[in-house]
Amino acid sequence: MSEAAAIQKNASDEEQVKSAQSETILYVDGVSVTFDGFRALNNLSFYVEPGELRAIIGPNGAGKTTMMDIITGKTRPDTGDVLFKSEIDLTKLDEAEIANLGIGRKFQKPTVFESHTVFDNLLLACSGGRGVFQALFHRLSDAEKIKIEKTLVTIMLEDKRDEMAANLSHGQKQWLEIGMLLMQEPELLLVDEPVAGMTDSETEETAKLLRSISKEYSVVVVEHDMEFVRDLDCKVTVLHEGSVLAEGRLDHVQKDPRVIEVYLGR
Amino acid sequence: MTDYRQKYQMTPVIGWLLKDRGGMILLGILIAAAILVPASNLLLPESSAFHVPTWMVSLLGKYLCYALLALSVDLIWGFCGILSLGHGAFFALGGYAMGMYLMRQIGDRGVYGDPILPDFMVFLNWQELPWYWHGFDMFWFAIVMAMFVPGLLAFVFGFLAFRSRVTGVYLSIITQAMTYALLLAFFRNDMGFGGNNGLTDFKDLLGYSLQSDGTRAGLFVASCVFLGICYTVARGITQSRLGKVLIAIRDAESRVRFTGYRVEYYKLFVFTVSAVMAGIAGALYVPQVGIINPGEFAPALSIEIVIWVAVGGRGTLYGAVLGAFIVNYAKTFFTGAMPDFWLFFLGGLFIAVTLFLPKGVIGAVPAFGSADRQSLFTTWRKRRANEGGKA
Repeated sequence: MSEAAAIQKNASDEEQVKSAQSETILYVDGVSVTFDGFRALNNLSFYVEPGELRAIIGPNGAGKTTMMDIITGKTRPDTGDVLFKSEIDLTKLDEAEIANLGIGRKFQKPTVFESHTVFDNLLLACSGGRGVFQALFHRLSDAEKIKIEKTLVTIMLEDKRDEMAANLSHGQKQWLEIGMLLMQEPELLLVDEPVAGMTDSETEETAKLLRSISKEYSVVVVEHDMEFVRDLDCKVTVLHEGSVLAEGRLDHVQKDPRVIEVYLGR
Repeated sequence: MTDYRQKYQMTPVIGWLLKDRGGMILLGILIAAAILVPASNLLLPESSAFHVPTWMVSLLGKYLCYALLALSVDLIWGFCGILSLGHGAFFALGGYAMGMYLMRQIGDRGVYGDPILPDFMVFLNWQELPWYWHGFDMFWFAIVMAMFVPGLLAFVFGFLAFRSRVTGVYLSIITQAMTYALLLAFFRNDMGFGGNNGLTDFKDLLGYSLQSDGTRAGLFVASCVFLGICYTVARGITQSRLGKVLIAIRDAESRVRFTGYRVEYYKLFVFTVSAVMAGIAGALYVPQVGIINPGEFAPALSIEIVIWVAVGGRGTLYGAVLGAFIVNYAKTFFTGAMPDFWLFFLGGLFIAVTLFLPKGVIGAVPAFGSADRQSLFTTWRKRRANEGGKA
């Protein structure tokens, strides 16, 4: 897999680049971004295929969150291409447009609507009209209700539906946020450190949840926790100083001397 | 809960009104006041113990306008987290629109007796009416303008501010700057709005003398009706899915953005609706107090509105109405009894409310303290129980 990616990366032939693009759900190529002279991303390139579960790891300051910001339209890259489904240029769109295309993002710190019930949190995330007047005259439909109930089961919060989101535990908030992403019916999910601050059993449950989700959607997980990444059992991309250091299965990557140096040298 | 949802699916408006206890009480009081206050003023003899004097009718009418203004601020601050410190500007613009109509109504009864030009224009040696004064001889036009002008200003201002993602303290500061800029502009004589003196010496409204008891009672009833309508509209907005989006914006703006909502459009909508309500409040206020001058644009007044809302209880709508009444009654009392202490009292009140009643007066009433709005009393009782347990 990593060899294929390497070949694609080095391909100078236009044709080959095209064919590589046509297979990807997310295509990040040569992206650089500088903040006040600090190069947060340096010629970053990687590709995610439809239906893939991908973990991205890297030490602090490797550019993981900046990468998320660029894909979701919060930050504009100085150079480089970011394509969704091989044809949509994400660098030209804003957050709401990108979200409506089908890219969902979960923040590092669980961010849910604390003064709403779990049910309402999911309702607000439910795909459908996002217009002001559509929202003003919106009536809850049976289809929406069924969809919300289904998601409540997936995220293991069916008995908390009328609870205020503020009263959930940290782990439950993380799940609720994942549930909100599912309600958007995304094609690509970006998940930033989903198990930070979770108990061991919650971490295991979350890995199970993400693995089951990745059967239907493409998922990119940014994570620090190596145990969790091992539980995810997927291809790993290692970032370092804003570019890709290594890519492949976790045990393969862990043997890479450069990865060992980056992680242990600190 | 499911039961509830089904119920309000069938009859949405009645459903959410019944659910809203504070709102029902408010609307009940407004209806009762709209009937009883004018009746006792007009029908009962002055010697009766239940007679409400005309000055009291006007004073209450003025409070109702302030209550509507507070409601408009609570709609954006309490539900969407937009802290406007310049809402007095929309109020004053609505007031000026009504004032212009009332000036045109004076006709040739002014000091200089000019049938078209208001006195201050004759005084400035103006030969003809400025273009923007045309149409204000028609009542309907003045009413439309009292809503349209504040709404348009809020729309343009909000479009620029929200699109550039100006939030929090920065937004509050530029709203202050906006109202201050308007204050300075309206002070200028060549703006054509009477400069320093503003618009006054009004005679009548739709042919009814502003001095008569009947007109004053009518204005009082109109204030009740508009407060009731605006309350219902505001409650309708906050009950809808749009209202839920607004609360979500207040709590986690970026999450809303990444969920695919255009936050700026939602803010723009509610900001504009709120400015229109403030404009209506101003239009009702001016005939009851008989004057509108640039002082209404003063930044301090806009800050006071925020205090009314904080005192009453932010994010409840009826709390804002209650707060406007409490603070303004206190103002009337203190500026009469101890004029020098009013500002100290107002500052002290704000500090006291922030420290001891973070949810406002409404939050301290146990009946309104629902699960997420823990009231002061329950906290206090719990604390006492805990201390008792330790001892």
